[in-house]
Amino acid sequence: MQKILGLLSIVSVAAGTAIGLFVVRADALQGEVQRLLYVHVPTAWIAMLSFFVVFLMSTLYLVQRKLKWDLVAAASVEIGVLCTALTLILGWLWGRATWGAGGGWTWDPRVTTTAVLLLVYVGYLVVRSMSEDPEQRARWSAVIGVIAFVQVPIVYLSVFWWRSLHQPPSSPRSMASGIGLTMMLNFAAYTIAFTYLLIRRYKLAQQELALELAGPEAEL
Amino acid sequence: MSELFRRSSAILWKDLLTETRTRQGFTAMLSFSALVLLLFSFAFGPDAALLARLSGGLVWVAIVFTGTLSLGRAFQSEELAGGAQLLRLYPGDVRALYLGKLAGNFLLLAALETLLFPAAAILFGAEFGPHAPGLAFVALLGTLGFSVIGTFFAALTVHLRARELLLPILLFPALVPVVLGSVGATDAMLAGDPLGRASGWLRLLAAYDVIMFVVCVWIFPIVLEE
Repeated sequence: MQKILGLLSIVSVAAGTAIGLFVVRADALQGEVQRLLYVHVPTAWIAMLSFFVVFLMSTLYLVQRKLKWDLVAAASVEIGVLCTALTLILGWLWGRATWGAGGGWTWDPRVTTTAVLLLVYVGYLVVRSMSEDPEQRARWSAVIGVIAFVQVPIVYLSVFWWRSLHQPPSSPRSMASGIGLTMMLNFAAYTIAFTYLLIRRYKLAQQELALELAGPEAEL
Repeated sequence: MSELFRRSSAILWKDLLTETRTRQGFTAMLSFSALVLLLFSFAFGPDAALLARLSGGLVWVAIVFTGTLSLGRAFQSEELAGGAQLLRLYPGDVRALYLGKLAGNFLLLAALETLLFPAAAILFGAEFGPHAPGLAFVALLGTLGFSVIGTFFAALTVHLRARELLLPILLFPALVPVVLGSVGATDAMLAGDPLGRASGWLRLLAAYDVIMFVVCVWIFPIVLEE
């Protein structure tokens, strides 16, 4: 099952990338740089999805107090942080060309909130690395996972009031059909890859925890 | 409810008594915030007009920095003296501990601000005086938001290694709406509020204060578990 999922994610991401790069025509207005969006938008989606999973798993942990929920949450945070960083870098490259924002930083609400999001969940990972007791670590992480999910929409709103530049989110309807289809394919491909990575990271985390609980003698 | 209030006031009273007898925290906070204001004056140069224009933001950054330093002490003093265990063991709702510490942090920071705003007005040549009632309201909401979130994260980080570093790492992202709202409202008021923006910022601040207060009170008992 896991092997099939792994194979499926490689094939679908490769297909989505190939179609986005070579098959679909580039957007008439934005030019070749628009192809970056086939990665930028799906990674942004995965980042949101993974942080939502963190929120769900943190809540589940606080209700049931089973360490496995904490491990899934931690696995999801790692993927989320990776995708958030990718989203920022790709978005910056794309924005340089399209917004004419130059090489600098733009204080657009979504860019700023994404950066804050990255810092919040990096903080989550730092807290994890600083605590030794698995139960305590799980409890503190779950608290941060819940509270982060509450604060982020308000951070977005406050930065939005502060200043606004970002265009409304693209939906398949606002795009040409070829572009929309490729985008949908990439959404599906990245979601499959996310599921696969989450399972793999969770299994690794289980082994790490088992080793940790077994004590230092077992590591030899 | 009245039981919770009584317990919270007891915690607050104990902390205020310790503070007024020793004045350790307040004196240190006062000199630290004065130094931050001085550093800003040096960093942004002798340009008086620039300093006056930035004054709203500078004052709030000084408040956030000073407040963060004093937050660390809120739970640490008992942790060091060994009273924390006992406080947790008392029967009744542990939320009283959060509410009492929150009130203590708020009062300490509010007391500091009554000196910090006039000092900044003199140093930066800012027109705080004529807008004092409005600014006091901004400071009330901003300080409340800071204390609500800060007290919560202070309790969360007190048992962590490198807590002095972790507290700001967790706290500052959560403070973004508080800082934006407070600075936005302060700047709008200093400019005479030509566009009527101040009330929007105040509403954002109030809403965020209420939401975070509810969430923090709700999950605080989990933070304190052993």
